[in-house]
Amino acid sequence: MSRHRIVRGMDYNDEYDGYDDVYGHSVDDDCVSPTDQQWLYDRARGQQSMSAFIKKNKNIEEEAEDDDEDDDDEAYQKARRDSENFQMPELDDIAQAKLSSCVDEVRSVVGDAVSERRIVETSMRFDYDIQKILDDILNEETNKKEKEKRPQKLKLNATTPATKSSTTPKPTPTKITLSAVKDARRGFDIASPKAPSSPNVSGRNTPVEGGDEAGRGSTTIFKVSKDQAQRNAQQLYEQERATQKSHIHMIVIGHVDAGKSTLMGHLLYDTGNVSQRVMHKHEQESKKLGKQSFMYAWVLDETGEERARGITMDVGQSRIETKTKIVTLLDAPGHKDFIPNMISGATQADVALLVVDATRGEFESGFELGGQTREHAILVRSLGVNQLGVVINKLDTVGWSKERFQEIVHKLKSFLKQAGFKESDVSFTPCSGLTGENLTKAAQEPALKAWYEGPNLLEVIEHFKVPERAIDRPLRMSVSDIYKGTGSGFCISGRIETGALCVNDKVLVGASREQAQVKSLSMDELTQTSVFAGDQVSVTLAGIDVNNITVGCIICDPQMPIPVTTRFQCRIIVFNVKVPITMGYPVLLHHQSLIEPAVVCKLTASIHKSTGEVVKKKPRCLGQNSCALVEVETSRPICIERYSDFKELGRIMLRVAGVTIAAGMVTKIR
Amino acid sequence: MKLLGKYVDKGMQGNVTLVPEEPEDMWHAYNLIAEGDSVRSTTIRKVQNETATGSSTSSRVRTTLTIAVEAIDFDTQACVLRLKGRNIEENQFVKMGAYHTLDLELNRKFELRKPEWDTIALERIDMACDPTQSADVAAVVMQEGLAHVCLITASMTLVRSKIEVSIPRKRKGYVQQHEKGLAKFYEQVMQSILRHVNFEIVKCVLIASPGFVRDQFYDYMFQQAVKMDYKVLLDNKSRFMLVHASSGFKHSLKEVLQDPAVVAKMSDTKAAGEVKALEQFYMMLQCEPAKAYYGKKHVLRAAEAQSIETLLISDNLFRCQDVNLRKEYVNLVESVRDAGGEVKIFSSMHISGEQLAQLTGVAAILRFPMPELEDSDDDDDDDGAAGGDNSDSD
Repeated sequence: MSRHRIVRGMDYNDEYDGYDDVYGHSVDDDCVSPTDQQWLYDRARGQQSMSAFIKKNKNIEEEAEDDDEDDDDEAYQKARRDSENFQMPELDDIAQAKLSSCVDEVRSVVGDAVSERRIVETSMRFDYDIQKILDDILNEETNKKEKEKRPQKLKLNATTPATKSSTTPKPTPTKITLSAVKDARRGFDIASPKAPSSPNVSGRNTPVEGGDEAGRGSTTIFKVSKDQAQRNAQQLYEQERATQKSHIHMIVIGHVDAGKSTLMGHLLYDTGNVSQRVMHKHEQESKKLGKQSFMYAWVLDETGEERARGITMDVGQSRIETKTKIVTLLDAPGHKDFIPNMISGATQADVALLVVDATRGEFESGFELGGQTREHAILVRSLGVNQLGVVINKLDTVGWSKERFQEIVHKLKSFLKQAGFKESDVSFTPCSGLTGENLTKAAQEPALKAWYEGPNLLEVIEHFKVPERAIDRPLRMSVSDIYKGTGSGFCISGRIETGALCVNDKVLVGASREQAQVKSLSMDELTQTSVFAGDQVSVTLAGIDVNNITVGCIICDPQMPIPVTTRFQCRIIVFNVKVPITMGYPVLLHHQSLIEPAVVCKLTASIHKSTGEVVKKKPRCLGQNSCALVEVETSRPICIERYSDFKELGRIMLRVAGVTIAAGMVTKIR
Repeated sequence: MKLLGKYVDKGMQGNVTLVPEEPEDMWHAYNLIAEGDSVRSTTIRKVQNETATGSSTSSRVRTTLTIAVEAIDFDTQACVLRLKGRNIEENQFVKMGAYHTLDLELNRKFELRKPEWDTIALERIDMACDPTQSADVAAVVMQEGLAHVCLITASMTLVRSKIEVSIPRKRKGYVQQHEKGLAKFYEQVMQSILRHVNFEIVKCVLIASPGFVRDQFYDYMFQQAVKMDYKVLLDNKSRFMLVHASSGFKHSLKEVLQDPAVVAKMSDTKAAGEVKALEQFYMMLQCEPAKAYYGKKHVLRAAEAQSIETLLISDNLFRCQDVNLRKEYVNLVESVRDAGGEVKIFSSMHISGEQLAQLTGVAAILRFPMPELEDSDDDDDDDGAAGGDNSDSD
């Protein structure tokens, strides 16, 4: 109930201070009874070493769980102690790796509610089979819950399916007041203070986060409707999307004139997304201009300028449906000057398709220093795309030569490995965008058929894995376009990075934290009532002036607003630069769709690339291929998140004079 | 600026009389006048008179006042300089010690008296009075949805207007919205050029952008000029020049000024020279880090060893209020010159000067490598950073 706190005069730097420590602790840390306190290990209280604590408390008598209600608390502490005191069993390297990945996996499902020991033990018992381990742990937890029905417990286990509403809870009166007090201190559940007494209310799916976030944004508490505050995004998602095909966003990148638009245009035509009539029109018109080879590209290049010049300038969007997926195609411009547009497109993408021109000389010029094949690949990798399909295009111009194909594959493989792509996540497909060979049907051309037996392009797209969507996180949406919609109000479009958004939700817009209301939602021209992380949507907003919203700003949840800052620390990797980066170096900061002038105002330390050790404090300058901690200052406040909190929103790019000089992730926000 | 009289004695004490003629001269005056100097100029003062009966009348009189400067205020957009201080000379209307704020006006002389003139200040007068240095250029840096209309004079870059329009992206079936937004944006940029660019002074208008924005805009502008009969634009068509820039933000002006075509056309302007010098420093830092240093501590040490070949120093360091600090920098400049080095004083109103000011304000290219400077850094690197931070806050 943070609205009862005096928030106006609060120094919220202090609030931030505890931010990191709180994560992973229980909700009731702050108000354990003094008797309980002596059994708790607490770093903050100056009990310096864990071993000292263990020695001191060697013979803690563990009480039976079912004594009475109060003992539950003790049992819970015990569980926590378990996980903190617990030492990993000694294993050989492989088993160790298996175990840790197993624990991570389980953690991501059950959260911090289950002790480490329990996970490790279960993992070892089931021989690292995630499915079985989860089953076991979850069953156990549900059983326990039914038995206990303790409010805190419930909230902590919120990620496990919250059911069993039939059995009534029987908390003692004292217990209720206690939990109410706790809630007040934490500012946990704004909309429903009585929530803990009802068993199946699980407000947010990430309880610990909730406490923190409310503390963070507590300067401005915005009221939201009860529905919005209590929504369970995951459940909603399952309800609405269970029957649908999974969505994936794919960006098509590559050097200028590699044939990206033509390839996509042809793919759209072949999959039946462009009607015969429209195609015929394009053919006739392009013939008139004497550019018949551009007829497929015109499907995506719609502006007069793009058609006249024969190059893509802004990201074109379209979608195709495969057997198992709905794929949104983002056709990026290849020209050097339009890389900012390409970056804004790439931030919305899950996977990428790299198109290279197989013609002799063309591949080389695109691949050598200064060519966009390199820069694009590095850019999408730094923007978090890790699955890449490489399309060797225009192979018909070299007579479907196997040698040429392999030569290119060889060159690209070593480069992509360097850029940080895993070999298993990269595939190579020969095809021709203009003739349509090997796009949707298996190879027909005898010359290609002779040596190629792999999948066609559509199958490659089909094989991309759908990444995890962070649906149960607070809402974040980045705005990539603002336009006048049909009817009243104006529309913004962009991608929901995390969380969910429903019609009539209240949201905060941008660095000014202006409040607005969602009037309607649409996705691919279809009206929706709710949209989820990973979706590309258009939102009609009301209650806000169009001038208060700019391309690149972030829309967020009023209860858990995004931090706004002008100065932040980040860890960057410097690419090939002509001149070194020094203090006071003016750069363009790219963050999602936002482009903002910024200054590198402090070089904190240069870091060793692989080990992360500090090589030199306060270096004078950063040269090529170095890695460093720097502070960046923007002229206007921007919305940004730490990489550790929101991966999607913690990535930045620094560019100077049309060249990407560094990519980084935000480590600290001032 | 016109110099009417100069008297500086052996002890470097003295006075000069100047007449500012252009807005830019106010900038020079701002760099010349320091706190503690005395300025004599004509001004308007509201005077209250009390008659014997007790009724009071107030009237505005023009009078000449001499004040000891206590605060200096410079408005970069309007180029107005205001000096606040106490009256130090007997006057018919104003008591001794009464406060007054002088607004320096164009084409009215003022007399500046300094307790100590240093070489930097004297040089500044020479520079300000040099009539050949007025090559004015207007530049429009733009990208889709963002444009800056700037005026570049010898020692200042003034952003006359910034135009920010959100243009809808192209999307299936809504191409007209994109094109309409673009046309609206071009219209605004054109209006801003008409309003802010005085073609009697400006010799050349640079239009810089990534991609084809500049070509599109150029076509649009002259189509409109013909349609709406904008004579100024049509008459000066030859003065427009299209240049590549990577973005529409202000600091891509640096790229514009480095463009070979631009350099050929305006080689003598200070702005282009500064950009080049800073670029050289960065190149040196890349190739031979031991021959390029920045930060007060390192540069001072390099100066002691007489190793400085080119000193880059921002003029905001000379505007600091601390007399001793200013002296230190003046001594640095003099010692570099004595040792045969070159000194480039950057204007903090230019893009490159802004960058240098961020880079502690002082940087040097050395004659010979001095790796020992960097090594000595490790033991007391807090000082180095502190030196940097000081000039940041200026």
